[in-house]
Amino acid sequence: MADRKLRILVAKPGLDGHDRGAKVLARAFRDAGFETIYTGCHQTPEQIAGTAIQEDVDVVGLSCLSGAHNYLYPEVVRLLKEKGADDITVIGGGIIPDQDIPKLQAAGIKAIFTPGATLDSIIDWINQNITPRE
Amino acid sequence: MEELGKKAMTGDVRAASRLIRNIEDDIPGTTKAIKHIFPYTGKAHVIGITGAPGAGKSTITDQLICTMRKKQKTVGVLAVDPTSPFTGGALLGDRIRMLRHAEDPGVFVRSMATRGSMGGLSKAVGDGIHVLDAMGKDVIVVETVGVGQQEVDIINHAHTVIVVLVPGMGDEVQAIKAGLMEIADIFVINKADREGAKKLYRETLSMLEMGNFPDGWRPPIVMIESSLEPHSFAESVDKLFEKIEEHYKHLIDNNLIGERITRKAITEMNDALRGAIMEPILKKLVSTGELDNMIKKLVNKESDPHTLAEEVAEKYIKEQG
Repeated sequence: MADRKLRILVAKPGLDGHDRGAKVLARAFRDAGFETIYTGCHQTPEQIAGTAIQEDVDVVGLSCLSGAHNYLYPEVVRLLKEKGADDITVIGGGIIPDQDIPKLQAAGIKAIFTPGATLDSIIDWINQNITPRE
Repeated sequence: MEELGKKAMTGDVRAASRLIRNIEDDIPGTTKAIKHIFPYTGKAHVIGITGAPGAGKSTITDQLICTMRKKQKTVGVLAVDPTSPFTGGALLGDRIRMLRHAEDPGVFVRSMATRGSMGGLSKAVGDGIHVLDAMGKDVIVVETVGVGQQEVDIINHAHTVIVVLVPGMGDEVQAIKAGLMEIADIFVINKADREGAKKLYRETLSMLEMGNFPDGWRPPIVMIESSLEPHSFAESVDKLFEKIEEHYKHLIDNNLIGERITRKAITEMNDALRGAIMEPILKKLVSTGELDNMIKKLVNKESDPHTLAEEVAEKYIKEQG
């Protein structure tokens, strides 16, 4: 059986332009052996969902440092579902207050990584929880 | 798997992107889908865009998409970036320049990693083009990795090849070297507002003066200035597209398109033969340990590569036929 290569989309929804973290992550995912599609800042949830489908990724990693995660993250999940692509896992990170995490998880964001999370912990989570879709 | 091909042909984006991934991952049975769509392919105009890293291939592709959409053409894009030789991972970043098309149903953009191919493309590009073609895209743009002088596989897949040059990359001898500079149907001098652009134009022009063009097509040079001036940039890219259409018309009017199609057919046939004959044998040699044994024999000078290869051919090919 041929090996599936894991594909991940790293995207920043909304108006926040702080992309250092997302770039560090994209680089780390590359080094972890993933095919990483990096699309940068200022994207709408619609663009992110559309890109995820065209690129046939297994995971979408969202980064937002502006405080708009409570709207933007669930919206990406909702749009993927609307397009019949709810088998794509959405995870997120950024400046996210503890009290928001349960709400985001309830909305379908499978994992949340807050400041201080190590790159290894994020990569380990992906390796343990994501199998490239058959 | 055949189902995936059928769905892709209806324009189903999920099916098409999945099919392309199956091609990349070499999933058994994928050839069934390719067999299904193959008879319906060959309609799209395939444009290749190549040039050095950072020359502006993605930015030009993005603007080209705008030009083509204005003309009601549907567009498919395959954008190739390199795979790490160390980790097998890749950072695919061409798409970052094309975000404004993400919600346009007439545009399908797919990033691809080279996965070890050395010619500036991925092995999956050939069949990837077929998928976009079968989806009904009018134009397919294939953007190569940032290339040096020798990665010219794009000529085996594109009808029209655009080589993007930028000022400051060397003297006029670079312009007459073999390889990349020979494959252009159209030259673009990008970032033409920068110092050295006129010199590069003269060098490219004098290189063309030395050539003879048996097909009757002399590659034009299109100057494109800064993308930060959206209006003039868009105008220059519109001009580029005029040249692209002229070239395609030239190919068709002069019966030259067949030559390009033949070139692709030869490449595809070679790849398919390798896939059908060579790879199953290699797999067997690996699983039985024969390959390791042969390598040991070579290292110990007990045999030579040609004798061993002939033995393999004797055993696996001749006995069958």
